Amino acid sequence: MTDLTTDTNALAYSGRALSAAEQAAKVRCWGWWYQAEWRLYSMKAYWTSVLGWAVLTPVLYVLAMGVGLGGLVDATSGGIGGVPYLTFVAPGLLVSAVVMSVGNEMMFPVMSGFKWQELYFVRAATAGSAGQVALAELVAVAIRAAAEATLFWLVLVVLGATSGGWSWLMIPIATLAGMALGSPIAAFSATRKDEGFEFAFLQRFVLTPMFLFAGTFYPLESMPIYLQWVGWISPMWHGTQLARAVSYGLPLPGLEVALHLLFLVALLGLGSWLVMKNFTARLNR
Amino acid sequence: MPVIEARELVKTYANVHAVDGISFDVAPGESFGLLGPNGAGKSTTMRMIGGTTRRTSGTLLVNGLDPETRGPEVRASLGVVPQTDNLDPELRARDNLIMYGRYFGLPYSYLRPKAEELLAFAQLTEKAGEKVDNLSGGMKRRLTIARSLINEPSVLLLDEPTTGLDPQARHILWDRLFRLKEAGVTLIVTTHFMDEAEQLCDRLIVMDGGLIVAEGSPASLIRQYSTREVLELRFGSERNAALVDRLRGYADSIEPLPDRVLLYTDNAEAALAKVKADGLDPVTSLVRRASLEDVFLRLTGRSLVD
Repeated sequence: MTDLTTDTNALAYSGRALSAAEQAAKVRCWGWWYQAEWRLYSMKAYWTSVLGWAVLTPVLYVLAMGVGLGGLVDATSGGIGGVPYLTFVAPGLLVSAVVMSVGNEMMFPVMSGFKWQELYFVRAATAGSAGQVALAELVAVAIRAAAEATLFWLVLVVLGATSGGWSWLMIPIATLAGMALGSPIAAFSATRKDEGFEFAFLQRFVLTPMFLFAGTFYPLESMPIYLQWVGWISPMWHGTQLARAVSYGLPLPGLEVALHLLFLVALLGLGSWLVMKNFTARLNR
Repeated sequence: MPVIEARELVKTYANVHAVDGISFDVAPGESFGLLGPNGAGKSTTMRMIGGTTRRTSGTLLVNGLDPETRGPEVRASLGVVPQTDNLDPELRARDNLIMYGRYFGLPYSYLRPKAEELLAFAQLTEKAGEKVDNLSGGMKRRLTIARSLINEPSVLLLDEPTTGLDPQARHILWDRLFRLKEAGVTLIVTTHFMDEAEQLCDRLIVMDGGLIVAEGSPASLIRQYSTREVLELRFGSERNAALVDRLRGYADSIEPLPDRVLLYTDNAEAALAKVKADGLDPVTSLVRRASLEDVFLRLTGRSLVD
């Protein structure tokens, strides 16, 4: 048997590896996916908590809001907009849970990729480019968001909080809303050199108000007009309205559907552009 | 064709010239060193070679390609060992290698056996299933080097490969690197350790303040910028400086340092005998061969590791 510890000739060139040109050609096309694949794999340390969270959250929320609060609302006013409170609140719960998860995934983990673990620098030193490192991050988190949304949706179906039919479209809607908010956060995190108060600030004064004022628990129109703007700029509200339309048929005019989609897509586009720009600037100093 | 061809490389950060117009060539199979103190521009030069730092001006070819426009091709031919062991702590030793190989588009059917071979080379076979956090500093360093070899690079960039390692771990590492050199891999090593440069490098450039201040083989640099031997004398921190004038006659040149005085001479034993005969009584004395440390001191007037 060959002594592998000394056969360095074979190590340096075994003839089995692809040539540098072949490696580069593959990575130019698929580098973003090779990296996303491992970003997802390294999440396995907390996949169980991610998935557990995705199952437990809807159960808890549906029990507390749908059954508890819902019983009260339904008894006094006969539901909201002609549907039981549980039906009304379920799409909002799904969207906001996914958006919050994505928001968190785009804070410390992104900063860590630059600062503590330097995993982005590792990737940028391989055949891939800085732009692919950024794209891989977005793709991996989007896949994680879609997985969470899928589980959440299944639980809602089992609990009877949503219908079959087109309600599965809540999965792409929630993923889109999550990435629309998550991508600008990732772009911001990519500029952070130190762990300051910024992430706590983002969580308390941006994410939480967006959640509370996103019309998740009541229609946004029931707020005074001078507070409704918080919902208008919240990806959660836009996502929730779309999710309600596909979940139980909340009547939305075509123009409103278009505006909700446009807002989310535009924010995602802007955020992704900033992610690319900031990742590249930091990785290619 | 040289593996690396650098002409008038400049990298400026907000008016600071990190690299200020350096030119050098590296031949295939050569072991080439960039020597200098922290901030000399070594790591910046390394990053320009990998195309992860855009140069301000100058031309650079790696295997005949410009790393800025042909980044993926250039980096696929390089193995990079960064200053810090930025391994993925969430993954096991083996998975770190396989994952890294995937970033080069290499298939799992190639990567699985290759990872085992590299673990054997790095003497880490028994640690293949360990999480990275459970490895010692020397093991992490060897794993990082194994990782850099996964794509069978023709050029290995090593940024301060043995900083922070104990002497035994350094020697194991040097042995592994020497084998790679024997196998024909071009090594480019930055270091501020003189003994490392003397062990590993066929040829080196000495950098200071973004400039090349000398170039040659370790032996030729010592010949050119130093005497064959060095006499180190300690008279106590009070008297070292005061005695410099009296010591001038004993050596070709003298370098007073805060803690000792260095006398450059081709015969240090004879110089020491004369010093003692004249009644100058050093607290300690050391006769040694000149090293690259002396070259650097002579060239810049400063010691390398401050």
